[in-house]
Amino acid sequence: MNKEQVPQDQENLNEGKLAKLYYATDEKGHYVKVNSIGWEPETVAMQQAWDVVNDEVKDAVNLIRNGKASPLLYFIKKNIMTHALVASYSGTVGFMVRLHCIPFFFNRLSKKQLEKYAYTFRIPVAELTNLENITKHNG
Amino acid sequence: MADFTHKQSAHCESGVVSNLMRFHGMDFDEPMVFGVGSGLFFSYLPFIRVNGIPVTAYRIWPGQVFKRFADRIGIKIERKKFSNPKDAMTALDKMLDQGQPVGMLTSVFYLNYLPAAYRFHFNAHNIIVFGKANGNYLVSDPVMEYTTEISYDDLVRARFAKGMPEPSGRMYYPVNIPGDYDIETAIWKGIKQTSDHMTRIPMPLVGAKGMKYLAGRLRKWPERLGNRKAIQWLGNVIRMQEEIGTGGAGFRFIHAAFLDQCSVKLANEKLFNISQQLTKSGDQLRDFAYYAGRVCKNRKSDTKTFAELGDMLEACAQREQAIFSELYEVSRSR
Repeated sequence: MNKEQVPQDQENLNEGKLAKLYYATDEKGHYVKVNSIGWEPETVAMQQAWDVVNDEVKDAVNLIRNGKASPLLYFIKKNIMTHALVASYSGTVGFMVRLHCIPFFFNRLSKKQLEKYAYTFRIPVAELTNLENITKHNG
Repeated sequence: MADFTHKQSAHCESGVVSNLMRFHGMDFDEPMVFGVGSGLFFSYLPFIRVNGIPVTAYRIWPGQVFKRFADRIGIKIERKKFSNPKDAMTALDKMLDQGQPVGMLTSVFYLNYLPAAYRFHFNAHNIIVFGKANGNYLVSDPVMEYTTEISYDDLVRARFAKGMPEPSGRMYYPVNIPGDYDIETAIWKGIKQTSDHMTRIPMPLVGAKGMKYLAGRLRKWPERLGNRKAIQWLGNVIRMQEEIGTGGAGFRFIHAAFLDQCSVKLANEKLFNISQQLTKSGDQLRDFAYYAGRVCKNRKSDTKTFAELGDMLEACAQREQAIFSELYEVSRSR
C-alpha cells in the first residue's frame, strides 16, 4: 500500500479518539508509518458485529416486555456476555444464570445473589431490578 | 515517575515489547520485534468457535511474539500471575515505586479510553502501566497515539476479566538485559521460522495452505449457512484481517516493513525484493477485504459473489506460498 493510498474515511466508529497506525510504502518502496482515521470495509465489518449485538438486546427487551424474561437477560445481552461468562463473574453456574433469566426465579432471588449480579454488570441493585427503566428506554 | 517515552504502534504485543525495550535502553522498532518474534502466520480453525463463528487468525497466538523475541535476543523476563486482585495491584504499585514500567494483559472491554465500538470481550490485549497520578494509573496503550489514564477499579476489572483466556492479573517486565547480542542471527532465525510455519507445516489449516482451505470453504458458505450467516462469517474474516492492531492486511505490511528494515541493516537486496512482493500480496488482501466489505454492505453495484471472493483469496494463498518458499530458501543457509 502506497502512503497516499492509506484510507482516511470520515465515516468511522472511532469517535475521534483513535487514529490507527498503518505501515505503508514511500515512492522507493521503503516502509513508513502513517496514521489512518478509518477504512470503510473495516467499519462495515465492525458495525455488522454490533448490529448482531443490538438485535439480541432488542429481542431481550421484547421478551421482558411480554413477561417471558427477566431484566437479567437484558443486562447479559447489553454487556455482550454469555450465560457462562456471567456465571464466572458472579460465582455460580451457567444453568443457574439461565434459570434466573426467567422472571419467576428472578423475583425470588436473594439480596446477596442480586448484589453479585449487580457487581457483574457494575450497576446498583436498584437498576438491575428496575423493569420499567429497561422497557421505557428501549423503544 | 520513570521518564517513559511512548510510541504508537500497530500491534499491541510487539508495541509493548518495543516500548519496554526502549525504556531499558535497547531501541527496537515495532516491525523488528514482530519479525524477530515470528509474529506472522495464518490459521483457520473451524473447530474453535467464538460466538458461533470459526476462528481465523492472521498471526501467531498471543504471548508467542514476546517469548520468541526474548529468547532470540537473550532477555530474561519476569512473568507473574495472581489469584487475587489485591496482591496483583500491590505488586504493580511496588514495581511502579521502583520506577519500573510493567507490561500486562488486560481485557479490552474495561479499557474505557478506547472508542466504544472496539470494546468487545477480548482478553489478550497488552498495555504498559508506567506510573501513577491523582490516584489513576498512567497507561501506555501501544495502539493509542498518546498515553492515557485508567482508574484503579477499571484496571482491576481489566486485569481480572473472566472468560477465555483469563488474564489472571498477568504482568511482566524484563529483569536482565544482555550487554551485547547478535541481531543478525536473531533476524535470520525469525525469518526462517516464519517462512517455515507459513509453508512447511503438513496440515491443511495453517499457513498458506490454510488460506487456500479457507478460500475453498468460503465459496460454499452461502449455500451451507444461508445468506445472513455467511455474511456474518465473512465480516468476521475481515475484522480479523483489518481491525485494530494489524497494521493493515492482516500483519502482512508489518512483516514487509520488517524485511525492508532487515535489507537495510544486513545490506541484503534480496530481502528488499521479497518485501516488495509481500507488499503486493498485502495489497491483494486489502482488495479482498474491500470487496468483502461491499458484499457485507450489500451494495448491488459491483458486488462480488462469494465464489469470486474465494478466487481472490486463493490467489493470495498462492502468492504467499511462493513468497515464503523463496524466503525459506534464502534463510535456510544462514
